[in-house]
Amino acid sequence: MASRLMALWDWFDSRMPTVGEEWRKHASEYYAPKNFNFWYYFGALSLLVLVIMIVSGIFLTMNYKPDAALAFGSVEYIMRDVPGGWLIRYIHSTGASAFFIVVYLHMFRALLYGSYKEPRELVWIFGVLIYLTLMGEAFFGYLLPWGQMSYWGAQVIVNLFSTVPFIGPDLALWIRGDYVVSDVTLNRFFALHVIALPLVLLGLVVAHILALHDVGSNNPDGVEIKQNKDANGRPVDGIPFHPYYTVKDTVGSVVFLAVFCIVMFFMPELGGYFLEHNNFIPANPLLTPEHIAPVWYFTPYYSVLRAVPPVEIEWLGIAPTQFPGVMVMGISTLVLFLFPWLDRSPVKSIRYRGVYWKSAVAIFVVAFLVLGYLGVKPTNAWGQFGAWLGGAERATVAARVCTVVYFAFFILMPWYTAKDKVKPVPDRVTM
Amino acid sequence: MSDNQKVDRTRRNLVVATSVAGGAASIGAAIPFVASMFPSERAKAAGAPIEVDISAIAPGEMKVFEWRGKPVWVIRRTKEMVESLKAVTPMLADPVSAKSEQPSYAKNDTRARKPDVMVMEGVCTHLGCSPQLKTIESKAEMGADWAGGFYCPCHGSKFDLAGRVFRGAPAPTNLTIPPYTFLSDSTLLIGEDRKEA
Amino acid sequence: MKNLLAALLFGPAALFAAERGTPLDSAPIDPRDLVSLQSGARTFVNYCLGCHGLQYMRYNRLTDLGLTEAQIRDNLMFSADKVGETMKVAMTVKDGKAWFGVPPPDLSVIARSRGADWIYNYLRSFHRDPKSANGWNNKVFPNAAMPHVLWKVQQDSSAVQYDVTVRDLVNFLVYVGEPSAQSRKNIGIVVLFVLGVLFIFAYAMKKAFWKDVR
Repeated sequence: MASRLMALWDWFDSRMPTVGEEWRKHASEYYAPKNFNFWYYFGALSLLVLVIMIVSGIFLTMNYKPDAALAFGSVEYIMRDVPGGWLIRYIHSTGASAFFIVVYLHMFRALLYGSYKEPRELVWIFGVLIYLTLMGEAFFGYLLPWGQMSYWGAQVIVNLFSTVPFIGPDLALWIRGDYVVSDVTLNRFFALHVIALPLVLLGLVVAHILALHDVGSNNPDGVEIKQNKDANGRPVDGIPFHPYYTVKDTVGSVVFLAVFCIVMFFMPELGGYFLEHNNFIPANPLLTPEHIAPVWYFTPYYSVLRAVPPVEIEWLGIAPTQFPGVMVMGISTLVLFLFPWLDRSPVKSIRYRGVYWKSAVAIFVVAFLVLGYLGVKPTNAWGQFGAWLGGAERATVAARVCTVVYFAFFILMPWYTAKDKVKPVPDRVTM
Repeated sequence: MSDNQKVDRTRRNLVVATSVAGGAASIGAAIPFVASMFPSERAKAAGAPIEVDISAIAPGEMKVFEWRGKPVWVIRRTKEMVESLKAVTPMLADPVSAKSEQPSYAKNDTRARKPDVMVMEGVCTHLGCSPQLKTIESKAEMGADWAGGFYCPCHGSKFDLAGRVFRGAPAPTNLTIPPYTFLSDSTLLIGEDRKEA
Repeated sequence: MKNLLAALLFGPAALFAAERGTPLDSAPIDPRDLVSLQSGARTFVNYCLGCHGLQYMRYNRLTDLGLTEAQIRDNLMFSADKVGETMKVAMTVKDGKAWFGVPPPDLSVIARSRGADWIYNYLRSFHRDPKSANGWNNKVFPNAAMPHVLWKVQQDSSAVQYDVTVRDLVNFLVYVGEPSAQSRKNIGIVVLFVLGVLFIFAYAMKKAFWKDVR
């Protein structure tokens, strides 16, 4: 039997040697550092979640109706009338939030170990492109259930585009295909969510992994393992991805799936953060909900948007506009692209960096989390300051402080990373 | 056995064990996806059997009901209509309903549970048009030896009052008979064989 | 790092409690109490279905509550023919708007948007108000267009009995909001068990392969 299988493989391999070659290049002979730790699970987990989202998405599309009159009902149809439909729906809704958790942790790993630094700048750039595309994919997907949050969240975000000078209103009109978010918008967001962006995402993920494999993986010590090769030309601190990391990632995947299943089977709404309560009310264009908040994974940027006040320039005849806020919000995501060039430290990993960098990262993380928290709340959530600060909203002041901190992290980076005292980096990885 | 071989054996066993467990988990995970493609509750409700009242159908008359998107004819056959079935038998392509679809109780001479109530799908077995009722009074257009039955306007197939196809018609078999049950003398359940109360 | 993660994952759940404004009594519902659910179904069909539909709920699904199709047909189906039909309301949106100012909303997923506690308190907070259009007002939902439909039930029951009636109705609405909730939890337990077994093998496998990596 085994020899028959070998013969079958030989037949195939002699006609399409690429498969075997790529397997060796990217798995069985891809030498990865042997000291990967907990933070290194999240790349593989991102891939796992991508597959989960595509498969569950395909089956949802079999029953979902992208029509304003039918969409909400079709989701309930899936939840009740389609055998196993409720499970497929929950997989997709839990998976959406899981995707962002996993991706944020994956990005954080890059921050910790300098994985964005030379020669991996392109890996980082593809990664930020994936992140932005993922945000678009989530935004388009969120309109599809056609609940109150879906509708009004889309309305608010598309209206942001109308603040762009000169072309704004026409731009918003072009995006919506109508004067307000409507059935037309729903149908095109469906096409973008189901086909266009998934294809873009797949392409970018392939590029991301190929770019990584061409230069080799980083590791928690930031040591370049290719600088130390043995007699056979293999990195002494490297181990073949297959079987070592395929086996290790299997364990990581099982643990991830267990956490995923605990949430999905026992608390799929997660207190209204994974499935929002207001979204169980069918979209009503005539009734704006009291409190429109984006889904949790967008809230840091929403905070930044709200922190920037409307700007009015009377002598230029410019009416109060939210456009500066939109620009600042946009820049807060785009600044990520510059990371490899802003960081002037000769050292990659946080393990060997100085107190300036460690403090900056800690403060940045706190600011990002506070911004995220504030984004869920209304602007008056923390009350007002007294007359000494003009009765300003405490939450708004906090959001502004954190926005400044967020940008300071990047803008001051060339200075404090150059000035920072670094520790000597070892030649070999530490386990 | 050398240490290396032992390690390899352990590794292989664990790979097998994990694969088996993983395979079982994968099959379990696939079940809801496969299940989702079976008819939904909505489809099952729409295709559910219908209860119809046949008390208002006078002898010699026909009423049409819809079931699973198809027309279902219920004809209150008179004694003459039932007797005429024997006479037309030599002109039929499949008088014993060997090739057509019907429940076992409709494989008799009258193709019905009770001879005076004929239930069948009004869908021509040729290409799906709905034939028209032509009673014995239509001899003028149907021919002198017409004893009553159905004529399909699309390609000219003819069926008798038990839905059996005449020879020479493009239709290959007799009209299909759905499962049905008498819930009472005046109520028919079309679409399901139930134990008659 | 791990503490940060834990705070990230579980902090938001604690925030949820603070989100809901006025303090509400907790609805003492037990989703596994079939008798309570059946009672709630009866109350709903008798008092609510005239104005509020459950358009995503099929009558034959009520077999979940331990009823047979015959029982459903005989006791709960007033305006439908087949047991596979959905629990639609007879009132049209136009009529509802004309009679109440706003059409009574469909309640299929009301328990998921408002929450069980809110509904439990709402139905127990009606009071007379001569200034309103229908003579009633509600402390939990001021100026609601809905009259106190259960006023006779409240009048004819003790306070405890009325609370039980409302509790059962809320229990039923929670069930209708997500009929698969119970099976979801049951399947979850099986899945976690399978993943536990898988973890044991996968971890042993990992250890076996990584023994020689120093």
